[in-house]
Amino acid sequence: MTAAHAAGSNSLASGPASKRVYVGYGFWIFILSDMVMFSAFFAAFAVLADATAGGPGGRQLFNLTNVAWETACLLLSSFACGMASIAAASRNVLWFHLAMAVTFVLGAAFLGLELKEFAGLAADGAGPQRSAFLSAFFTLVGCHGLHITAGLLWLLTMMAQVVAKGFRADILRRILCFTLFWHALDIIWVAIFTVVYLMEKIP
Amino acid sequence: MKLLGRLNWDALPLDQPIPMIASAAVAMGILAVLAWVVIRGHFPYVWREWLTSVDHKRIGVMYTLLAMVMLLRGFSDALMMRSQQALAFHSQGYLPPQHYDQVFSAHGTIMIFFVAMPFMIGLMNFVVPLQLGVRDVAFPTLNSVSFWLTATGALLVNLSLGIGEFARTGWLPYPPLSELTYSPGVGVDYYLWSVQISGVGTLLTGINFVTTILKLRAPGMGYLRMPMFCWTSLAASLLIVAAFPILTATLAMLTLDRYLGFHFFTNEAGGNMMMFMNLIWAWGHPEVYILILPAFGIFSEVVSTFSGKPLFGYRSMVIATMAICLLSFMVWLHHFFTMGAGADVNAVFGVMSMIIAVPTGVKVFNWLFTLFGGRVRFEPPLLWAIGFMITFVIGGMTGVLLAVPPADFLLHNSLFLVAHFHNVIIGGVLFGAFAGYEYWFPKAFGFRLHAGLGKAAFWCWLVGFYLAFMPLYVAGLEGMTRRMQHYDVAAWRPWLLIAAGGAAVILAGIVCQIAELWVSIMRREPLRDVTGDPWDGRSLEWSTASPPPAFNFAVMPEVRGQDAYWAVKQQARAQARPPSEPEYESIETPRNSPTGFVCAFFATVLGFALIWHIWWMAIAGLVGAWATFVAFAWRDRVENVLPAEDVARIDRRNRQARSAAPAVLAP
Amino acid sequence: MSAVHDTPATGAGIDLAPGEERLDGSGVAQGVRGYLIGLVLAAVLTAASFYFCFSGLIYGPAIPAALVALAAAQMGVHLVFFLHLTTGPDNTNNALALAFGVLIVTLVIGGSLWIMAHLNHNMAPMSQLMDMQR
Repeated sequence: MTAAHAAGSNSLASGPASKRVYVGYGFWIFILSDMVMFSAFFAAFAVLADATAGGPGGRQLFNLTNVAWETACLLLSSFACGMASIAAASRNVLWFHLAMAVTFVLGAAFLGLELKEFAGLAADGAGPQRSAFLSAFFTLVGCHGLHITAGLLWLLTMMAQVVAKGFRADILRRILCFTLFWHALDIIWVAIFTVVYLMEKIP
Repeated sequence: MKLLGRLNWDALPLDQPIPMIASAAVAMGILAVLAWVVIRGHFPYVWREWLTSVDHKRIGVMYTLLAMVMLLRGFSDALMMRSQQALAFHSQGYLPPQHYDQVFSAHGTIMIFFVAMPFMIGLMNFVVPLQLGVRDVAFPTLNSVSFWLTATGALLVNLSLGIGEFARTGWLPYPPLSELTYSPGVGVDYYLWSVQISGVGTLLTGINFVTTILKLRAPGMGYLRMPMFCWTSLAASLLIVAAFPILTATLAMLTLDRYLGFHFFTNEAGGNMMMFMNLIWAWGHPEVYILILPAFGIFSEVVSTFSGKPLFGYRSMVIATMAICLLSFMVWLHHFFTMGAGADVNAVFGVMSMIIAVPTGVKVFNWLFTLFGGRVRFEPPLLWAIGFMITFVIGGMTGVLLAVPPADFLLHNSLFLVAHFHNVIIGGVLFGAFAGYEYWFPKAFGFRLHAGLGKAAFWCWLVGFYLAFMPLYVAGLEGMTRRMQHYDVAAWRPWLLIAAGGAAVILAGIVCQIAELWVSIMRREPLRDVTGDPWDGRSLEWSTASPPPAFNFAVMPEVRGQDAYWAVKQQARAQARPPSEPEYESIETPRNSPTGFVCAFFATVLGFALIWHIWWMAIAGLVGAWATFVAFAWRDRVENVLPAEDVARIDRRNRQARSAAPAVLAP
Repeated sequence: MSAVHDTPATGAGIDLAPGEERLDGSGVAQGVRGYLIGLVLAAVLTAASFYFCFSGLIYGPAIPAALVALAAAQMGVHLVFFLHLTTGPDNTNNALALAFGVLIVTLVIGGSLWIMAHLNHNMAPMSQLMDMQR
């Protein structure tokens, strides 16, 4: 019955895909929908980039050193997440928890730096209510930060679930989905630091 | 911080008789139904078998029921508008402007988000897994969450009738009118939260169905052996995944403007309200294709079955469907030609809008060629299909007319536009929904609908539609704009009077449909479908009993060609005996879960709290929703196992009933 | 419906879940190497982005294009080395879905920028419009 020639489970003979494949695929589709949502916020930011209403723009406000640290934190946390997925595939509990902890710390560091930046801007009178440009900036970058926050909460939940239930098949599927999510957030950050921060600062 | 935010006794419309009476009637109706369920002891059954069900068939039925109930509410709004416009010549009519504005806003919002979408999604839910030969969708509990979030949105819109007010901005809340400065009340907030919450549900449905159709099919069902309804459901689901995030983002921006003083679309501090129109229609145009594509699929199924022939030009249908899917993302500016993008931009989008009519034309010709030379049976589903073909083509042609930017400069926001989109939505989506309802009702409930009343309903709807909307084309060409609460131009009056008459005929059609359902339930024995195949169908859902067992198929079918069930049936007929009994194995079915219902409860709390600025309640709702999700994630037992003996017993009983009926085995 | 307890897909001709990689034999070492290469490449590309912004090595008006190209390269590194997205037959669905997503993102952002630029060009400044209201 399962004459497996041709490409994957779309070949005529195979029947439904395994749960791991279709759960991962479904989550991948969700991530793509999330990317479309971010693209709407990106479009709004690009359109409103000059609408500073006589107030400060990116050139005056952005601190690229801060952005560089944030980028480093997130990139390294993506790497740590990759280590965690290898550990999960090898069913190594110690390395899994270690790698996830490092991922969490780096992600939290990113979030801390970002919150500090936001608080500083607001204190300087450059909060989101100041102009359309700042509204778009806070929304786009803030939306990414909210996703990171949700990811950190999810990360802690996954660590707790591994402690409570071990590397059960459904837990492994969720870890796969988490790694997809975390890497996707880093991809979106690449777009953010390029389009939002670097583009503004070009001399 | 006040305990109840800005909610106080002023929220009740005590000084407005119509909403007072309407909401009192609705509340009493709901209480009566609840009382009947509880007092007669049905609640455990309803909770166990429906509210916490994750079965796609149950969820599909609930979606369809929601759509039909909300159709009554949306149609009441329509009756109010037609009667107001019939009366309001040199007069204020009976609806003051601030009330009339809410009526047309609620009408559009309800019809699109809580009638058309749930109806299509309900039919997709019920039929697609059965046609694919599988047991359920990819994510059954998520499916339940999707339904209950949609129900939450519907509940919030209906709450606005009695507590507070609804938006006055039309079904798409254009800024700056929808900003806090010009809409300080709760109306726009009701709109925003009900659409956002149900939008999340819809997005999850899109993800669910893309995954199901691409990754979960019976063995042997390659892409080019899928029924046409599955192809169009795939295209619609891809559009949902691609377009709904834009809606989420845009409404979120408006929400941030209103709640936190941001400046995306405001008049001051650099806001750009034209960007709202651009983004919302980048969602809005794919949305109407999300509505019409499943309807196209339904018509393909119906036309093929009731002609007794396979669908003509299957491959070209598939290509046309995917072309429409892709092109629908390249036309959205035609909704705002007049906003001033200039001739270059307008020309490009105008041409694209004309191009998108071509694949639809391919589909119409394929349906016609399917009918040609077939043994056509004029059952109610086919009547709706033929009515659709005539009506939708007219509507499509006026659409191509509107796609010419210079013409649109005169016709934008006139009644001509209103007539066009009702032409395609009623003629396309609603007729398709009714066709699907008539076609698959026996499968879902085990008995047919009364054909006589079904045909009466069809004729009333058809005649009523033309009477109600053809005059609007004329009035639009004579200069009448949309959403007018009163007018002074004598030339428009006769058209509006005819339109009001048409609405009354449609009302008769709806009465026929209610009667049809009532009579069919009361007299269901003579209408019973014993074989599971009342229409001599061609696809796999007709190989199951009516209604199908919870697990759909005792053994997953092996698909050997297009029209998967037809070949099996013809062989059984040729050999004058049913297919041989399969080897039964135990089946795992997903466990019911209250996750969807409880999640939606907290979503309702959250939405209501945010609308009325009751911050402590909002936090409670959010925490509750999160806790529900974590509790669900902590489950250990996710599936029930049905032993092979039970599977065999159920299946043997169904097979016996099927072969006992003489019609199935006769040539 | 498959059972709760299942193993990751193995064997030829069966789809991979997105984010999975087919590790044979050396497993951990090979996996770590892949992520390390990705990390180094991404770090280099990121540093290049920051550097080219200011260094004057690139012709001024071309800097935005260079940044976009570097960003695209970084995303590619993430997709290949972290998300294991390949063009193999077991990844076709995943790659196609990504292509669809990229198309939609391009249409939304590109289309919006084109449309809004024209609209803004043709529209009077907001302050002038507000004055006309008074």
